[in-house]
Amino acid sequence: MKLHEYQSKALLRDRGVAVPEGHVATTAEEARSGAAKLFDAGSARVAVKAQVHAGGRGKGGGIKLASSADEAAQFAAAMLGSQLVTPQTGPEGVAVNQVYIEAGADIANELYVALTLDRGRGCPVVIASAEGGMDIEEVADTNPDAIVREHCEPGWGLRSFQATRLAYRLGLTGKAARGVAATMMKLSHAYRDLDASLAEINPLVITGDDGVIALDAKFDIDDNALYRHPELTALRDTSEEEPLEMEAAEHSLSYVALDGTVGCMVNGAGLAMGTMDEISNAGGFPANFLDVGGGASVERVASAFRILMKGERVSAVLINIFGGIVRCDRVAKGVIEALNTVAVDVPIVVRLQGTNAKEGREILRGSDVEFIVAETLHEAAEKAVAAASGQAEA
Amino acid sequence: MSIFVDSDSRIVVQGITGSEGAFHTQQCREYGTNVVAGVTPGKGGLLFQDEVPIFNTVIEAVEATGADVSMIFVPPPFAADAVMEAADAGVRLAICITEGIPTLDMVDVVGYCNARGTRLIGPNCPGVITPGQCKVGIMPGFVHKEGRVGVISRSGTLTYEAVDQLTRVGLGQTTCIGIGGDPVIGTTHRDCLERFAEDEKTEAVVMIGEIGGSGEEEAAAYIADDYPLPVIAFIAGQTAPPGKRMGHAGAIIAGGKGTAAEKMKALREAGAHVVESPSEIGAKALEVLGP
Repeated sequence: MKLHEYQSKALLRDRGVAVPEGHVATTAEEARSGAAKLFDAGSARVAVKAQVHAGGRGKGGGIKLASSADEAAQFAAAMLGSQLVTPQTGPEGVAVNQVYIEAGADIANELYVALTLDRGRGCPVVIASAEGGMDIEEVADTNPDAIVREHCEPGWGLRSFQATRLAYRLGLTGKAARGVAATMMKLSHAYRDLDASLAEINPLVITGDDGVIALDAKFDIDDNALYRHPELTALRDTSEEEPLEMEAAEHSLSYVALDGTVGCMVNGAGLAMGTMDEISNAGGFPANFLDVGGGASVERVASAFRILMKGERVSAVLINIFGGIVRCDRVAKGVIEALNTVAVDVPIVVRLQGTNAKEGREILRGSDVEFIVAETLHEAAEKAVAAASGQAEA
Repeated sequence: MSIFVDSDSRIVVQGITGSEGAFHTQQCREYGTNVVAGVTPGKGGLLFQDEVPIFNTVIEAVEATGADVSMIFVPPPFAADAVMEAADAGVRLAICITEGIPTLDMVDVVGYCNARGTRLIGPNCPGVITPGQCKVGIMPGFVHKEGRVGVISRSGTLTYEAVDQLTRVGLGQTTCIGIGGDPVIGTTHRDCLERFAEDEKTEAVVMIGEIGGSGEEEAAAYIADDYPLPVIAFIAGQTAPPGKRMGHAGAIIAGGKGTAAEKMKALREAGAHVVESPSEIGAKALEVLGP
């Protein structure tokens, strides 16, 4: 789960990291009054920042500097309700529903600091760079020597000496080095306490008087850990999530929309990916990833059909079930039963393999529903691709 | 011969009285697995299926029955602790089936297991099976057949698919390991390759990877260094979009890294036989090994 900048900053502020004063606004009026408070408190300029779950906002016009409350309101009015396109969004962009009005900062130096998981080492890693404000992947490509790292040992986490070492390796000294090291420790505690998969401050700003302030912040939270963080679950902004993916999750299905024409329903995530690959090898394009779970129960198959058929471009469905513990004859009956409750008006190719696969295929062939029955995955993919293209022409 | 488990393995099941744990313990016993104990706190003294003694703690189970392998079905909030309990009780191998354990819990658990010399397989995995001897997991036993090929995989049903193909072409399997679909796991592709190289019966290894992480690349580097057995590899997710989690917590292309194309390239350059379609795994293994 991704958190917005303003939410991430509130979490950091609670943990003693300095962040600029700011106010969330959903209307131009709120933006104006938020900005007025900041100007009254002595800000020379305020930033108007679109709150979306995508990086590269500056490049897409999602961050503007205003010199008056009126100007802040104008920027907010233009952003709110618009689709923001950044290098990290698709060409359709993402809707801006909230803006954050924030006091400007006195910037002497900009750094990058983040914690994430090093999967190869199996532990968190702190990544820091003196090239703040830039996309870290870009720095890794263009100037990898500018990036310094420290691993957090399992059971121990980031130690102070490591944070200090990082600060000095970034070329900092004195008060700034101490401040940055302290911020890194606080960030690593936040990463741990919040079960984050990413905790990023970019840029971390050194001010003219060697103060340290987080000018942008981003947390991604491990979905598996949300059960123990009701306070974070409450921060979920569903307006930024795919409606079909959310609906699928409510039915314990794992679904990802893609842009092809062959709808897929598979038991197991690995086999679901393998099925997509097979469709592509057969010359077609999968419309989605969908894992109905190992058991492929009637309820789940029915929910899966409902979600699948909402994909606008689906012109054939491929069901691929490997019956292990679950028997294929039961899966076949379940598919037929599910089709009594969901209207599916495109060809359905079914491939059953494993326990009682033959019986399952006979049940499908003998039913009133017209299935295209295939034996191998390869055959199923070819038939589904042919059916999808036939349907597209018809 | 086999790796990790065989007919001498003595299994304790943590979470034996839960619905999943009970069902799969029964399936494992029907397969012939020697389940010697179960653990459910509060149910110590009872018997599972009138035969298997249940204990309150793993240490009691180990001391009373000599269990050396634990199969773990404990729900996600308690699973990390269950694995640590198994390691602390001194089991040689802990196989954690549970899906949905917080990643940072696993970081500490893997460190804890390593410090105690307990090998962890999983979490979020189907388990381990040595056909004809011992099934410790949720895989359908009947698709497996004693044979010549070792299987390593990050997934469940896709593994059964590959195993089924190996059985149909007559090659069979020595041991099949589901290493799990999470970002932090106890045993990697590379670890399993190392063990298969020492196994006299294993003549080839089928390795099934997927997008995300760098485990396949690390395996490729290991294979490139004169690995003695032929490796047949498939990587799932060639058509997966970046930035989207594909079912498994660990199956995600992050920051442009962990794509199927990169992994396939690394494995090909290391000398592995990489197939592009999951349908070709059995046929390719047969072509490489001969009937």
